Amino acid sequence: MTQATAGVARVSAVSHRYRTTLALDNIELEIPAGRRVGFIGPDGVGKSTLLGILAGVRRIQTGSVQVLGGDLRNHRHRTALCPRIAYMPQGLGRNLYMTLSVFENIDFFARLFGQRRAEREWRINELLQATGLAPFAGRAAGKLSGGMKQKLGLCCALIHDPDLLILDEPTTGVDPLSRRQFWRLIDRMRARRSGMSVLIATAYMEEAEQFDWLVAMDDGRVLATGSPREIKAQAGKRDLDAAFISLLPEQKRRGHEALVVPPRRHEREATPAIRARGLTRKFGDFTAVDQVSFEIHRGEIFGFLGSNGCGKTTTMKMLTGLLPASAGEAELFGQRVDARDLATRKRVGYMSQSFSLYGELTVRHNLELHAQLFQLPAAQRQARLQTLTQRFELQEHSEDLAADLPLGIRQRLSLAVAVVHEPDMLILDEPTSGVDPVARDRFWELLVDLSRNQGVTIFISTHFMNEAERCDRISFMHAGRVLASDTPHALQAARAADSLDAAFIAYLEEAEGAAEQAEAGSAVARPAPGPASVSRSGIFSPMRLLGYARRETMELLRDPIRLAFALLGPLILMVVFGYGISFDVEDLAYAVLDRDQTPQSRAYLENFAGSRYFHQRTPLADHADLERRLRSGELAFVIEIPPDFGRDLKRERRPQVALWLDGAIPFRAETSRGYVQGVHREYLRQLAHRERVSASQVAPLRIETRYRYNQNFKSVYAMVPGVIMLLLMLIPSMMTAVGVVREKELGSITNLYATPVTRLEFLLGKQLPYIVIAMISFISLLAMALFLFRVPVAGSVAALSVGALLYVMASTGFGLLVSSFVKTQIAAIFAAAILSIMPTINFSGFLSPVSSLAGGGKAVGYGFPAGYFQQISVGTFTKALGFSDLLVNYLALAAFIVVILALSLALLRLQEN
Amino acid sequence: MGLNLRNVFRLGVKELYSLRNDLVMVVLIFYTFTYAIYTPAQHAQTELRNAAVAVVDEDRSQLSNRIRDGLLPPYFQRPVTLSARDIDAVMDAGRYTFVIDIPPDFEADLLAGRNTALQVNIDATAMTQAGHGASYIQNVVNREVSAFVGGASNAAQPPVELVVRARFNPNLQSRWFLAVMQLINMITLMAVILTGAALIREREHGTIEHLLVMPLRPAEIMLAKVWANGLVIVVAATLSLYLLVQGVLAVPVAGSVALFVSGTAVYLFSVTALGIFLATLARTMPQFGLLAFPVFMVMNLLSGGTTPLDSMPELLQGVMQLAPSTHFVSFAQAILYRGAGLELVWLELVAIAAIGAVFFAAALLRFRATVDVSR
Repeated sequence: MTQATAGVARVSAVSHRYRTTLALDNIELEIPAGRRVGFIGPDGVGKSTLLGILAGVRRIQTGSVQVLGGDLRNHRHRTALCPRIAYMPQGLGRNLYMTLSVFENIDFFARLFGQRRAEREWRINELLQATGLAPFAGRAAGKLSGGMKQKLGLCCALIHDPDLLILDEPTTGVDPLSRRQFWRLIDRMRARRSGMSVLIATAYMEEAEQFDWLVAMDDGRVLATGSPREIKAQAGKRDLDAAFISLLPEQKRRGHEALVVPPRRHEREATPAIRARGLTRKFGDFTAVDQVSFEIHRGEIFGFLGSNGCGKTTTMKMLTGLLPASAGEAELFGQRVDARDLATRKRVGYMSQSFSLYGELTVRHNLELHAQLFQLPAAQRQARLQTLTQRFELQEHSEDLAADLPLGIRQRLSLAVAVVHEPDMLILDEPTSGVDPVARDRFWELLVDLSRNQGVTIFISTHFMNEAERCDRISFMHAGRVLASDTPHALQAARAADSLDAAFIAYLEEAEGAAEQAEAGSAVARPAPGPASVSRSGIFSPMRLLGYARRETMELLRDPIRLAFALLGPLILMVVFGYGISFDVEDLAYAVLDRDQTPQSRAYLENFAGSRYFHQRTPLADHADLERRLRSGELAFVIEIPPDFGRDLKRERRPQVALWLDGAIPFRAETSRGYVQGVHREYLRQLAHRERVSASQVAPLRIETRYRYNQNFKSVYAMVPGVIMLLLMLIPSMMTAVGVVREKELGSITNLYATPVTRLEFLLGKQLPYIVIAMISFISLLAMALFLFRVPVAGSVAALSVGALLYVMASTGFGLLVSSFVKTQIAAIFAAAILSIMPTINFSGFLSPVSSLAGGGKAVGYGFPAGYFQQISVGTFTKALGFSDLLVNYLALAAFIVVILALSLALLRLQEN
Repeated sequence: MGLNLRNVFRLGVKELYSLRNDLVMVVLIFYTFTYAIYTPAQHAQTELRNAAVAVVDEDRSQLSNRIRDGLLPPYFQRPVTLSARDIDAVMDAGRYTFVIDIPPDFEADLLAGRNTALQVNIDATAMTQAGHGASYIQNVVNREVSAFVGGASNAAQPPVELVVRARFNPNLQSRWFLAVMQLINMITLMAVILTGAALIREREHGTIEHLLVMPLRPAEIMLAKVWANGLVIVVAATLSLYLLVQGVLAVPVAGSVALFVSGTAVYLFSVTALGIFLATLARTMPQFGLLAFPVFMVMNLLSGGTTPLDSMPELLQGVMQLAPSTHFVSFAQAILYRGAGLELVWLELVAIAAIGAVFFAAALLRFRATVDVSR
């Protein structure tokens, strides 16, 4: 075939734009097949974007891309290619599921690729053996160290024997030993599956040296391609780092020179700046930091070296007082760390690992805010900010939003913010990860200046060896413990290593002992016994759908708080609403203003005093009293008897009794009026009877009122079916509303883009567990209705249940629909609440019948599923109806399910932009 | 412990800048204080309005026609004439809330002084309309029959007349009620979700840690959120009251708007504190959603803004006294409808502030603990 000679991928004229920034600028690239191809260059130069496009995860904006002989713009080709490509996104375990175990994570991916049980088992087993993860198969991914997470990510990527493996910075933030193991693993995998091409982005130049072919990138453009040797030759430099810098355009290199750290003047003092003794921190049964002790002297640059998750961050947080220590103690400037001690905080500057300034504020606003919060006197503030802006070269960015800054500049801003109050000590948690070499050196220039010229103590963590070498002293950290602590030179000498990297590896191997050694040498198991039974693509696969459903279920089961809210929440609300929402008005407070005070007036008023609907309060004295007490809200109504009532009655002058209603609550007022009119009619009837009024005055008419479906006209019979309707809409939609958007925020949405799973399988798979949860809720609510509220189902229980099933399919679907179009979880929660609550409470027939809705209300009522299930719920509970009577409502709900699903499918993208 | 109010102010200003740059939130806030208030107020009345009624006229007399014509808008839709055998079907389908069955020879029997019975079928699952509607229909029938049988003679007049006067809302329009209650519901929803979610977002993005290493007290951070989010909502609510409730919906306001707005400010302290407290209980956004939403629903439905408080079981009434919304609803009703002054509502204000203080204190206690878990 020509494929091998044509290369694994060809990129021509590809540009990519995010709003205003150009990430890729007219890229032309021909990538050879069957090799390890490295993409080098700092963060934000377009490496990730390019790899995403090659993996088919990102949409191509302009240009064309051929991968494995197929055009990626062609949808069918892309679908067919999907199972042949594996993609591991940037970030430690970003496409993994942290609550799932190692085995379950791989199993999930295997299912997405349609592997049968037997095949899954041997493949997973093989990969676990090969990566040394077998002893940890049952451990949750979230509890793995950084290196192990990346190995797990690799297992997940390799589960389907891809022809092209795309790894985006797989070793960033991983300790050197794990890194070395990782690359050995890749080599073994390539040996087993010859012809597999591997594309890797990396920030470590020493790794890049090992690759077969390199693509050096900067500013969305390709600077150079070729083998490491060719690139070094082209630049005329001996190491890749220097070669890369010299390949940069002139203006970027300007001012860059090799950084020299002047020696520290030794002045030993009685109290060290930082002292930690036996510092320990536990999270549950997991010990994150174990008996860590060290001392840092004033003006010293002290480095913490270790992988992500080894306890560096936790240690730093304990020093800042953010986290209380489980045991041991820490002192800053000779004083114990106390979270409430504001004075010490003014002497410390802290830069946390992730960018934690306000991205929505401009550079100037961020600086000003912090200067103000550190209470810089207004007079000095402007001068200080000016100095900082100049020193940190932020002038041209001062009106930009912090979120829009390139990473290197953002880190400079973070440091500027951390030193705004001229602290005596800086605690910097991996301040340079992801920053390009030039910017990193600039950053270090600033640190050196602070340390040597201003005597600031600097405590910094990093995983770059060349940065560690610049520190006065360093500690190697691993699995919560400090392995060794000394000057870089002494540490290297102690292990007789030729580099600091090698020294660290030696210490790590010593710490991990023989167990890990055995892993490194373990043989790769034999290839597949027989052909793989992979059904590689296809329009719809129940297996992939169930794979997603299974995973979602496991995640839900491991979040007991959410599960409890989901299952108990509706029950509690049912009790509260079932008893609480009542239209049975009783005990209406009223008072009388009897201005007659005769036996006749008292006889009239007696009718009210006896009724259980009314509750009499102290009689009123006069009109002013009446006005005041109505205004205070004490009384629902007042009966006023006019003067001379008795006399007028006897003389048949038709006296007028006044009923004053508190109209502030119209519903209560109307009820009061109805009741009072009833009492009044009864009074007239008795009067007629007593005084034998002629027959012509009272017609022989009887009005029979038949309260159908609810003979006693009790709220509970109408409310209970209604509350079930309410809860089965609001709670399930709230549960699914964060479903998709959370995957977007956490990054696991990549699995939708990168695996053969279709949008339909993804949505239905995610929906299925929540339908089950909602149906469990339905059954428990039904039981509650029957046994607690004693509201029987007069009609068909089957009809009610089928209706409920359709309804929760619609309500969970509605949540997913919301989730498909919003961008953040807050917006999802907010939108789901605000969009569902109005049609469900006000326009579903819950409070007022749908038949009397008009105009906009009618449109809202008929345009939402709640009203139709209200008919089914009320119909089966109280009206003794069955399937055939409610057919229209079933059809409407079914239509909603289809429309909602179609809209979600349309809104959910199958590729990133 | 000496709060630094300048810090509170500056952090709050930051909060406002953040909100300004979040277009989705601004749109949702706008929607909340316009459409989400207008539509229920305009179209979801709970009084007898536009009720669907049908008449089975087996008499076909002058009197039966008069009764049918007596069912007038806006209370009833135009009555539809049905045949007797359709009654069950239409009521099962919920198409008519009332079906009046006028028997054969109704008019003749009445004129001859023979006993006769007119039947009113009521869909008693329509809780808000059934009772009032039945009472209305009885009045209409009685009036028409008396007028028809007794002519215009004085003899038909009852010996005692009952004159009904509704104070504060002469026509008992539920629109007046719903507009303001919906406004209150939206204030509650916004305050709880906006503040709580803002805290969880700061925690998920790590910015809260950043604040905690500065010379700031948790109380200052919380108060900043309270005043900034509170201010946005007070302004939005006041505009909504003037432009939408008083303007578009033409609901008259009896009392002092200034007093109402001040009370709203106190209320917002209380509910934003509740939002922060809930955010300290939840660890993730999905948990917060599942926690905050039911709390909001309870406050929405049981504070007296949807159904009368008096008709709830006493135990529940007592429990609901612990919710700030219950006090705010009665505060708002007293001022906006009844024109009450401070002397009548101060106790509610004190209750709202006290409950808010409890939430605030509880949130403060949990504030640091919540940073720990977000390792």
